[in-house]
Amino acid sequence: MKAVTPQHFVDSLPHARAMNMRLDEVSEGRCVLSMPYDPRLVGDPGTGVLHGGAVYALLDTASGLATTLHPGSSGSTATLDLRIDYMRPATPGQRIRAEAICYNMTRTVAFIRATATDEDTTRPVAVATGAFTNEAGRRPRP
Amino acid sequence: MSPRPRPEPVQVIKQRRDAALRALVGGVPYIQFMGFQFDRRGDELTAIMPYDDSLIGNPTLPALHGGATAGFLETTAIIELAWQALWEDMEQGRLDPTTLHPTHLPQLPKTIDFTVDYLRSGLPRDAYARARVNRSGRRYASVHVEAWQDNRTRLFAQATGHFLMPERSDPPAHG
Repeated sequence: MKAVTPQHFVDSLPHARAMNMRLDEVSEGRCVLSMPYDPRLVGDPGTGVLHGGAVYALLDTASGLATTLHPGSSGSTATLDLRIDYMRPATPGQRIRAEAICYNMTRTVAFIRATATDEDTTRPVAVATGAFTNEAGRRPRP
Repeated sequence: MSPRPRPEPVQVIKQRRDAALRALVGGVPYIQFMGFQFDRRGDELTAIMPYDDSLIGNPTLPALHGGATAGFLETTAIIELAWQALWEDMEQGRLDPTTLHPTHLPQLPKTIDFTVDYLRSGLPRDAYARARVNRSGRRYASVHVEAWQDNRTRLFAQATGHFLMPERSDPPAHG
């Protein structure tokens, strides 16, 4: 059987593939996911700035993945809630990079923080905080 | 006293309003990419996200991607805010919708923050959403959005967000 790498996992998500997301780094409870600038994802035709929904999708995907990369994860998760604060418009033409960290995990819930930047990594484009499900604690007892 | 002018024919009014909505929605590439549509009844808008395989985020269930759902809700909120401003200008005759063009659109509100609650997994079918503007000031607006699929009372997601409104200047008089 072919080993399922985290990038294979990202490619298996149709919406992530539609936005050409690429997995750049993984470690325990943490990942870096990026996507190229795409004129089809522009939200403001006047400035060429990406739509918030596209940045949201990247942060949500990175957050879910960071959850499954945590040692306490059951391997499957779903978003309970995710809040995004938009700090500044992403610079048109630049790649967007999202780093997500699962900083706390209970039997049932994972808590994450995530930050999105463009080529200027000193000033975040958006930050996210959220809660994800962790189904591991809910497995029926044998 | 001069008699009250006859109301415009209904078709003229409908055409004007639909053209304004089309211009607003058609000018945003992301909306076209995601396939979002807007249904209008009077001034009430219902957003539609027609199902597409590319919207899936969990292929095993299958379920809609949380990011697609969030983008749908955020778009619904932004278009509702822009539409309310446009509607007022249009109805009071301050704006001629025939001058609206993708390159010449009213500035859209900017998202400050957006929080989505995922209440149940999004099924692989069409989704609908409506936004309610709870507070709209000169600078800031607060909007709540509800999304459902088969059953209006069984929401699969809801969201609240704050938006920065574009600077409002009186449109130049036509001449």
